[in-house]
Amino acid sequence: MTSNTPQSIIEKLWNSHHILTEEGESLMYVDVALAQENTLHAFTALEKSGRKVRKPQQIFAFTDHYVPTTGRAKGTDGIPDIGIRNMVIDLQNLAHKYGVTLFGMAHEHQGIMHVVPPEQGIIQPGLFVIGNDSHTSTHGAFGCLAYGVGASEFAHVMATQTLWQRKPKALRVIVDGELGFGVSAKDLILALIAQIGVDGATGHAIEYAGPAIRALSMEGRMTVCNMSIEAGGRVGLIAPDDKTYAWVEGRPYAPKGKTWEQALDGWRALASDDDAHFDKAVTLDAAQIAPTATWGITPEHALPITGVVPDPAGIKDVRKRAEYETALEYMALRPGMALQDIKLDRVFIGSCTNARIEDLRAAAEVAKHGKAKVTTWVVPGSMAVKRQAEAEGLDRVFTDAGFEWRDPGCSMCTAINGDYLQPGERCASTSNRNFRNRQGPGGRTHLVSPAMAAAAAIRGHLTDVRELTK
Amino acid sequence: MQAFTTLTAIAVPMHEANIDTNQLCPTRFNKVPRGPKYREILFYDSRFRPDGTPTEFMLNAAPYDQSGIIVADRNFGCGSSRETAVYALYEFGIRCVIAPSFGDIFAANCAKNGLLALTLPEEECAAIRRQLQDRPGATVSVDLAAQTVTDIEGKVHKFEIHEVRKRCLLEGLDDIARTQQYAMKIEGFEKGYYQEHPWFAAASHRG
Repeated sequence: MTSNTPQSIIEKLWNSHHILTEEGESLMYVDVALAQENTLHAFTALEKSGRKVRKPQQIFAFTDHYVPTTGRAKGTDGIPDIGIRNMVIDLQNLAHKYGVTLFGMAHEHQGIMHVVPPEQGIIQPGLFVIGNDSHTSTHGAFGCLAYGVGASEFAHVMATQTLWQRKPKALRVIVDGELGFGVSAKDLILALIAQIGVDGATGHAIEYAGPAIRALSMEGRMTVCNMSIEAGGRVGLIAPDDKTYAWVEGRPYAPKGKTWEQALDGWRALASDDDAHFDKAVTLDAAQIAPTATWGITPEHALPITGVVPDPAGIKDVRKRAEYETALEYMALRPGMALQDIKLDRVFIGSCTNARIEDLRAAAEVAKHGKAKVTTWVVPGSMAVKRQAEAEGLDRVFTDAGFEWRDPGCSMCTAINGDYLQPGERCASTSNRNFRNRQGPGGRTHLVSPAMAAAAAIRGHLTDVRELTK
Repeated sequence: MQAFTTLTAIAVPMHEANIDTNQLCPTRFNKVPRGPKYREILFYDSRFRPDGTPTEFMLNAAPYDQSGIIVADRNFGCGSSRETAVYALYEFGIRCVIAPSFGDIFAANCAKNGLLALTLPEEECAAIRRQLQDRPGATVSVDLAAQTVTDIEGKVHKFEIHEVRKRCLLEGLDDIARTQQYAMKIEGFEKGYYQEHPWFAAASHRG
């Protein structure tokens, strides 16, 4: 390849981290790796083989999946379930043992592994980021190649600071136009997944581009990139711009002084060249996207809130029909009923998808319009988000509306820390997966944006936020 | 890692698309240390009622409690990166999953654990599932070196697999050992990389 061949940002990032190729597989250099409590399995593998962490200063560990979101006064001693408590304690001990940077349960910047690193400036444009979690694609919002990996690959990264990969195909998603009133980044990504399907981006790295993407805040971009994996894309990214640099500047790990200027020069060269090659392209019109909610058991089962539950009987494709029947049975919904008639038991505002300050501001703005009719939790993404929200008085807005204001963590998105739905309970959730049993055995999930979740809380059923706030 | 060469085993058909890793290993079991307990964890919420009694789910009874192969539909193993999903399959005795497509992370996790996730076209997967439906407990054969699946009717299906993945599985190669052969190259690359990205070098040496 000559230097004049136009390159996509994906190729540029690939090339800058490429060490060597062996039989068609590339050994890639990893800048930053992110661990969480479940990374215990990777540490165990490493310990068994007697290997060390090669670059501990490039590995960061977060207590988020298992930490309680209330009653933290006694620290880990206060976690009632011994299995859950040990997961938090084990990660903290392993981080100390191997010398990796820990954001433990008592850390002033504790929070979700996809919320804290950008806050700290650990995530910067141009990096190759690995996380032991499928939502690591979040960090693509900064113009990074960010891969979610399992325990074995994570152990490999810790031992060698590299990862074997095959170059992904490139998919460009262009979102034209402008998002309408009451429509957010969450609606955009749900609409995209509904269009291309839960495996629409499998084997691909996605570059999101176009005016509607440029118009998003960094928080919104993180929401979009976060859910790339729900379309099957292990990597989703957005070229950095002035918004990106403004976010990173001045944060604890950000370059300073002369190196900041050097960094800017490097980052400005990352954007895809004109005429760069993409294997596939998809276009969306932002103006056509409505506030969206899922009705089924995969994120692809998403519709405008003004829609009705689909009728499997009308579907010719036998497999699709069976899939829809399974979904409706699990979700206990009738074909043809209006999405807005779906009554809820719970509302959850949180997760690595939607627990940043902008998300909480959007939810609070709606919460001012009434009182919660159902149990509603707000779980900020990090201690920093929590403090910022409290400084802005958002916590008071929530508690005045009868919402519960809790401590940071993954909470009822992954439902492993003791926060979960009871069997049969139905929840409007700002999280990323509406899989069966995801929010607790027998739980039913409707994915929505933070504003839509707050509207649902106030009405007690799925609600078009535009009707409530106009 | 245990090598994978050939396998003849009872194959269980699973007709549903998008079987995610939450179903293979429900989240609450992610804290279980790797080991035989994962045999019971596989598809736990489908196999057991809330009171712990077994359901009619096919893996609970003969012949499928002895399955070594799953023949599935598209996007098998989508969702969470949890490798516990692979531990659960492995401990149950599943050594091979045949499907039209897989979640990318899941497929990588399989390869690191001696489990062959192989792709065949949708129609071929559907045809094999139909055969199995008619003859429960029949066996399917897989030959990795030859890259073939032989179905119940003796029809041979050729499959594609990446050379490196094939070799690692055939030899049961440990990935880290493979990489460590390149230790010098990695160090050399790293030096150059830091020089070209001084801002990152500064950040990464903070600790």
